[in-house]
Amino acid sequence: MPEAKIKIKNLYKIFGKNPTSAMEHVKNGVGKDELLEKHNHVLGLKDINLDIEEKSIQVVMGLSGSGKSTLIRHINRLIEPTDGSVTIDGAEVLKMNEEELRNFRRSKTAMVFQRFALLPHKTVLQNTIFGLHIQNINEEEAKKKALRWIERVGLSGYEDKYPQHLSGGMQQRVGLARALTNDGDILLMDEAFSALDPLIRKDMQDILLELQDELHKTVVFITHDLDEALKIGDRIAILKDGIMDQEGIPAEILLNPQTKYVKDFVEDVNRARVIKAKHIMDKLNGQDISKAMPVNQDEFIDRFIDKVISEKPEDLVIQDKDKNNVGFLSTKKLSEILKR
Amino acid sequence: MSNFFTEFPEMPKATYRGMKKAIDAGYKDFAREWGDTIDAIFNPLLKLLVFFEDLLIATPWPIFMIVLMALTYWGSRSIKLCVSTFLAFVFIGYFQMWEETMSTIAIILTSVIMAVVIGLPTGIAMSRSDRTEKIVTPILDVMQTMPPFVYLIPIVMLMGIGKIPGLISVVIYAIPPLIRLTNLGIREVDQEALEAADAFGATKRQKLFEVQLPLALPTIFAGINQTIMMALAMVIIASMIGVKGLGQPVLQSIYNQYFTKGVLYGLAIVIVAIVFDRVSQSYGKRIQKHRSGKLI
Repeated sequence: MPEAKIKIKNLYKIFGKNPTSAMEHVKNGVGKDELLEKHNHVLGLKDINLDIEEKSIQVVMGLSGSGKSTLIRHINRLIEPTDGSVTIDGAEVLKMNEEELRNFRRSKTAMVFQRFALLPHKTVLQNTIFGLHIQNINEEEAKKKALRWIERVGLSGYEDKYPQHLSGGMQQRVGLARALTNDGDILLMDEAFSALDPLIRKDMQDILLELQDELHKTVVFITHDLDEALKIGDRIAILKDGIMDQEGIPAEILLNPQTKYVKDFVEDVNRARVIKAKHIMDKLNGQDISKAMPVNQDEFIDRFIDKVISEKPEDLVIQDKDKNNVGFLSTKKLSEILKR
Repeated sequence: MSNFFTEFPEMPKATYRGMKKAIDAGYKDFAREWGDTIDAIFNPLLKLLVFFEDLLIATPWPIFMIVLMALTYWGSRSIKLCVSTFLAFVFIGYFQMWEETMSTIAIILTSVIMAVVIGLPTGIAMSRSDRTEKIVTPILDVMQTMPPFVYLIPIVMLMGIGKIPGLISVVIYAIPPLIRLTNLGIREVDQEALEAADAFGATKRQKLFEVQLPLALPTIFAGINQTIMMALAMVIIASMIGVKGLGQPVLQSIYNQYFTKGVLYGLAIVIVAIVFDRVSQSYGKRIQKHRSGKLI
C-alpha cells in the first residue's frame, strides 16, 4: 500500500484556558460533557488517527459540534492542535515555521468554505486570482489560469461581477474556482455545499466528481449530510463529540455500523443506491455459476435489481469491466442485505 | 469626630497651593526650554496649512466653484447635491464671508489630513492587539470628554497663540472617532474572509491591505466623516486662540452682541458642515455600493 498523502496521528484539540492540563483529564477518559462541566474546557478532538490516500476523496461526517470543521483546519493548521501530528507528503505540518507554513498553504492546499468567504470588494476574477495574486505571480499568467477555471465551473461572462450579485450556488462556484486556480494537490472542503439549495447542491456535487475524475486531487470533504457523504466519498470517517466513531468505505459503514450513533445515522439510507455489487460479493470459491446472472462489479444494487426480479436467477456472478468473473453473490444474501 | 463626617478630609491648603505652583512652574520651565523646538517640529505643518489657505484665498471664486462642483459630483454623482452646494456657496460669497470660509476650509483640510495620518495607523495598531486597545481607549475617552478649553491652556502655554496650537487642538478634538472606528471596522471584518486569506497563505501585510482595510473602509469612512464634523465644531473654539476663519467673527459677535453678523457666520459654518457631510457620506456610500447587491 502506498504511503498515505495525509497522515493524522493521535491528534487532540482542547479549547480553553489551559489545554495541557485538561489533556490529562481527557487521556484519563473524561468525556466531552464532563470536561466542559467540571473543568471548563471544550473537547474539540480526541485521539484522531486518519490516513488519507492520495487522489481519493475522504469525507469526514458528523453533526454540528462533532469537531469535523476543527479537524479539517488542522490539515492546513488554521487551528493549532493541543497534541498529535499531521504529516503531508512526509512533512510535519505542525513543525513548520511561519514562512514554511505560508509556502505550504500556497503551494499544497486550497480551501473551500461553507459560507464561501469571498472578498466582497473584489470581482469574480479578482477573487479567483486571489491565491496567485498574493504569491505575486505574473498578472497575465494568473489571469489566464483563473479564466480557465472560471469557465470550467460555468461562470464565463461573470468575471467582472461582484460576489453580491451572484446566487449562493454561483458564489460557491467562485470559491471552487479560487481553490482550483491555486493548483495545490490537496483540496479542503469545509461543508462546501451545505449552505446551498438541494438542487444546486446536487449540481455542485456532480461538478466536483466530474473535476475529480480529471484532476485526481486529494480531497478532504466535510459534511453533515450522509447522502452527500455516500455520493462523493471514497472513504468516510464519522465523528461524534470529537471522537472518530468509524472509518471505512461507504458500503462498510452502511453494512457494519459499529456504534449506535453510526447505526442511527445510516438507518434510513436507501442501500440499493449506494452499495455496489463488489461491496457485497463473496469470493469465487467453486460455486456453481453456470446459471448465474452476470453483473458488473461497479453497478449499484438498484441498477441491477430490476433484472434480478424479472429473470429470477438463483445466483449472480460478479464481473469486472473486462467480463472476468471476480465474485459471487447469492440472491438470498442480496435480499438479506436489502432487508436489514 | 463629627467634623470628619460633615467635611470631606481635604488636602491641606498649603500643600495644595504648593502642588499647583510646582506643576505650573515645572510646565513653564518645560515650555521655555522646549517651546522653540516644538515649534520647529510643527513648522512643516504650518507651511501646509498656510499653503492651503493662500491657495484657496488666491483662487478666483469661479474656479473654486468649478472645482467644488467637480469634486461634489465626483463624490456623490448627484446633480441635486451639486446645485445645493452651488447655492450655499453663493450665499456665503454674497454675504461677504468668502475669505473666512476659505480659511476655515484650509484648516479643516489640514487637520483632517493630519488626523488620518495619525489616526489610521493608531486604529490599525489598536485592532491588532488587545493590550494596545486597552491602553488607547481610556486616552480617547479623556480626549473626547475633557472640555477643549482645558487642553487649550497647556497648548497655548507651550506654543503661544496662533495657527499651529489651534490646529493641534482641532486634531486632538477631532481624531478620536477616526481611531475608534478604524479599530472597530477592522475588528468587525468577517472572520471567514480572514480565514480564507490565511488558508491561501497571505502574509499579515497582505491580509491588512487586501482584506481588512478594504472591508473596514465603510466604517473608517464614517470615522473620517465624524472627524470632519468635529473639526468644524472645534474650529470655532480654536478661534479663541487665534485661528483665522469663520470662528473669529462669531466670537466678535458674542462680545459685541452683533446679532445679524453672528447668525450669518453661524449659517456659513452650518453650510460648510452640511456640504462636507453630504459629499463625504455619499462618497462613502458609493464606494461600498457593490456590497449592497444592487447592480452598479
